Amino acid sequence: MIPRHLIFGVAVLLIVAFGMSMYVWRVRGRVDRVPTPETNAQPVAPPVSGATEQATIYVAYDDVGVVRPKLVRVTLPVGRQERATEILRSLLNVYEDKFSPHPLAPGSEIRDVYLVEPGLAIIDLNAVFADSHRSGVLVEELTVVSLVQTLSANIPGISRVKFLVEGRERDTLAGHADLSNFYEVPAVTRAVAQLQNTQ
Amino acid sequence: MRWSKSRRLGAPASGRLPRERLVPAAIPLLAFMTAVLLASTLLLYSSPEEKRISIYSNAANYSLPVLDRNGDEYIGLLELFEPLGAVSAKANGNHWKFRYYDVESEFTAGQTRVRIHGSDFDLPASFLLENGRGLVPLSSLGTLMPRILGGPVTFNQNSRRLFVGNVAVHFTAQVSKTTPPKLVMNFTAPVNPMIATEPGQLRMAFNHEAVVAPGSQGLTFDSKIIPSASFQESNGSAALVITATVPLMATFANNGRTIVVEPVPQVAAQVQSPPSVPRPPNNFAPPLAAGAPIRRPYFAVVDPSHGGEERGASLTAQLAEKDVTLAFGRRLRQELETRGLATLLLRDSDTTLSLDQRASLTNSAHAAIYICLHAASEGEGVRVYTAIVPSDTENRGPFLSWDAAQGAFQLLSQSAGTGLVVELQSKQIRARSLITPLRPLNNITTAALAVEVSPPSDDISELNSPAYQQFIAGAIAAGLADIREKLETRP
Repeated sequence: MIPRHLIFGVAVLLIVAFGMSMYVWRVRGRVDRVPTPETNAQPVAPPVSGATEQATIYVAYDDVGVVRPKLVRVTLPVGRQERATEILRSLLNVYEDKFSPHPLAPGSEIRDVYLVEPGLAIIDLNAVFADSHRSGVLVEELTVVSLVQTLSANIPGISRVKFLVEGRERDTLAGHADLSNFYEVPAVTRAVAQLQNTQ
Repeated sequence: MRWSKSRRLGAPASGRLPRERLVPAAIPLLAFMTAVLLASTLLLYSSPEEKRISIYSNAANYSLPVLDRNGDEYIGLLELFEPLGAVSAKANGNHWKFRYYDVESEFTAGQTRVRIHGSDFDLPASFLLENGRGLVPLSSLGTLMPRILGGPVTFNQNSRRLFVGNVAVHFTAQVSKTTPPKLVMNFTAPVNPMIATEPGQLRMAFNHEAVVAPGSQGLTFDSKIIPSASFQESNGSAALVITATVPLMATFANNGRTIVVEPVPQVAAQVQSPPSVPRPPNNFAPPLAAGAPIRRPYFAVVDPSHGGEERGASLTAQLAEKDVTLAFGRRLRQELETRGLATLLLRDSDTTLSLDQRASLTNSAHAAIYICLHAASEGEGVRVYTAIVPSDTENRGPFLSWDAAQGAFQLLSQSAGTGLVVELQSKQIRARSLITPLRPLNNITTAALAVEVSPPSDDISELNSPAYQQFIAGAIAAGLADIREKLETRP
């Protein structure tokens, strides 16, 4: 025998569920007709406290296939690791801008930067960054070298950079740029020097 | 209703549980229900392989899922006939009318007796009707389909492969008496199998072709290197597994009607003369014998990047990078060979090759140069890349670190890249020389370049234009021919 209060409880829940279904059914058509405003799916980074400083970021330009330095003013925290993350986020802000010279998918994010041993930095990208990245030798190289060069130019002492995606190793960024090996800063600097010429 | 004091303290008089006992009693019940839900979810998602049936016909070759109902295998009749011709179906209560061209059939849910074109026919199990979808037992197809189609049907129920009409593709296989031996297979129609190599065997999976066994499932050959092959069929596909004592590779000829399986080039050389070089350990490239004369069966290895399951960049909605690189690779091989430069094309069909396999095959071929082909929708002209080689990896004795195997050849690669860019620019092709972190360039033990081709205009589909591909391939081949002497001199 089922207690009466349980029967009442279930009955009330069923009535509520039925009522909500009817309500959703009624408003569904209306919602379809409402113009959808442009949404920003990017996670909101916590506010950064610290002094505003000048930094050099290396920006990729798809139209001519080059990487060029650009001076920006960024609010940088005191900690070295936090500074590294903020510097790279400022580069991503350029890439995710409406008039980006090297567009990345909305929601692309640097999850974290780890400075784990003298000279080694690990950049952890989110899944959207890699999964939605355009595929191609040049377009992937532009992304990777601009990140490495921006990091090494602003955080002294970094000699090697390793990429992770969602904390895991990955073979390539989007089918081309190798993420399985470490990026050595001198080699990336040579690549950037080549990428500053359009010829 | 009110609870009396005695009932609250004592045992329930009428079988009801008091509130204090109800909550503890409900917890195990809820836990049990959650466990059942979780277990069923896990079972649902961990099902090993979806059952499928493949249908081969002159109209189309296709594959459909098979459903398990009441211990029997079933298939949707409408989906089965849809690719074969004009079909329609109408459900009316328990009755389901199906029409294929002018052949009408009537089915009743839960009944085995059906009426097809005015004649009665018994199914081996009941017809099922699910949300207007008519399901027939799989075991009935061999007799049911000929009545509806009016033509012969061959159904292999164990392998779930169904042949409508005379569509089977037959093949012969024989090993040539040459050194090294070659297994030559001739098919009655073009085939494009997925090829995978494992130690001791090469497997060709025919997922879309109506290839049937050549008399018996097992084939034996009078060869110590390629002693046997077996034909296997299961779950709607067929595979030919070739066993061998050496690594094998397959090449296609005669527009896909002939497949030649032979030992990979380095192994082929060893078959001719006993091996004198120790096998490299894992993760190390073959040792270099500096200054030693190199036997070069090929001048160039051309590697159309991506392939098979790996599509590469989606250049347009229809155009995949893997298809452009393959077409481009074939033209480059042709251009090189017309200049007298023997060329090995690493893949000549839509097959999957890992980066390590590409590097191993290239290093085994001992070619003067490796050219990896890519295509991009962005940019313009051609970009010629050499490798960024890690510097902190260690070589062990004569064996090179796998990740830095290209190290000793970097200068040669850069010199070749520069020469190629100059040649391309002389033909008014916009070209740049760059370094890039792109595998397998850094695993190659010879001059190694990657070439990324962009469309000549905003129209990306021009990447697939034969004229444009021929023009670029001709320019690259001319550039390589110019630096041939430099490339053939090992540092």
